[in-house]
Amino acid sequence: MPRIVVDVMLKPEILDPQGKAIVGALPRLGFTAFPSVRQGKRFELFVDGEVTEEILAQARQAAETMLSNPVIEDVVNIEVVAD
Amino acid sequence: MTETPLIGGAFQAPVDSRLAGARIGVVTFPGTLDDRDAVRAVRLSGATAVELWHADTALADVDAVIIPGGFSYGDYLRAGAISRFAPLMAQIIDAANSDAKLPVLGICNGFQILTEAHLLPGSMIKNDHLKFLCRDQVLRVENNATAWTNAYAAGQDITVPLKNQDGQYIADEKTLDALEAEGRVAFRYVGRNPNGSRRNIAGISNAAGNVVGLMPHPEHAVETGYGPAHTGTDGLGFITSVLNTLLGDK
Repeated sequence: MPRIVVDVMLKPEILDPQGKAIVGALPRLGFTAFPSVRQGKRFELFVDGEVTEEILAQARQAAETMLSNPVIEDVVNIEVVAD
Repeated sequence: MTETPLIGGAFQAPVDSRLAGARIGVVTFPGTLDDRDAVRAVRLSGATAVELWHADTALADVDAVIIPGGFSYGDYLRAGAISRFAPLMAQIIDAANSDAKLPVLGICNGFQILTEAHLLPGSMIKNDHLKFLCRDQVLRVENNATAWTNAYAAGQDITVPLKNQDGQYIADEKTLDALEAEGRVAFRYVGRNPNGSRRNIAGISNAAGNVVGLMPHPEHAVETGYGPAHTGTDGLGFITSVLNTLLGDK
């Protein structure tokens, strides 16, 4: 079933407490190459049949109005994945 | 009222038909926790509490609305993000923005719902220390001219419980400056900032002053014997304030 992938990240200027906790834990496992981590969200919107322009437009609108909060987050990627 | 009723026990609210004529709605969403306490706070003040359900499509002639705390929809997506699209929220948003200026109070998750609904600016993210925090919290009343704060003195310190994990209030600098300039910071944390909130902001109002949101819980500080330090009833002022507003005493 084809799906539309939406990636949402906290805006760069917003401190990411979860990312900070992860970056603090990584060196304990020997992963020392990553001075910074930011955690985001990935949504997969499944589509029955073909992904038309109209359906893609709906996905974009859903991403901006519900899947993300524009006060704190950016929609950084929307792409169609056809399996 | 001469005697303090037990929590959960029968109690006699002050009988005053003027107060009882004020209908204050309390909205329950799936996952709301503090609706019963909010209803009780309303009844203790002598007003009539009206229980509202998120899927309702009408406001049942209420004169004011409280959106209580909890974890509506399990905080899935973002705290308050799914509740914000409940059928009843459309009615609340319209009524709050209308000329009638329906008084709306959002407590904790209710505050998060109001920011998601764009009735209040900014947003809440995870506490800077990443932990759930529960404690009695001193707040300073910065603006006592709103529908929900007029029973307090400006600059008064009140103590109410605070309990949350996503309590860090954030907004961009321009929004924060505007809130300060317009006197829309309703409450500020006194002492150590409990969650990293910008400018120690605990609660804010909209421009008209009818919509107020805060993270701490006034509805848990309304009965002697059960509030902060076992005696605190500082939270009752919220209900007294809205009754002042509705009954035209202020």
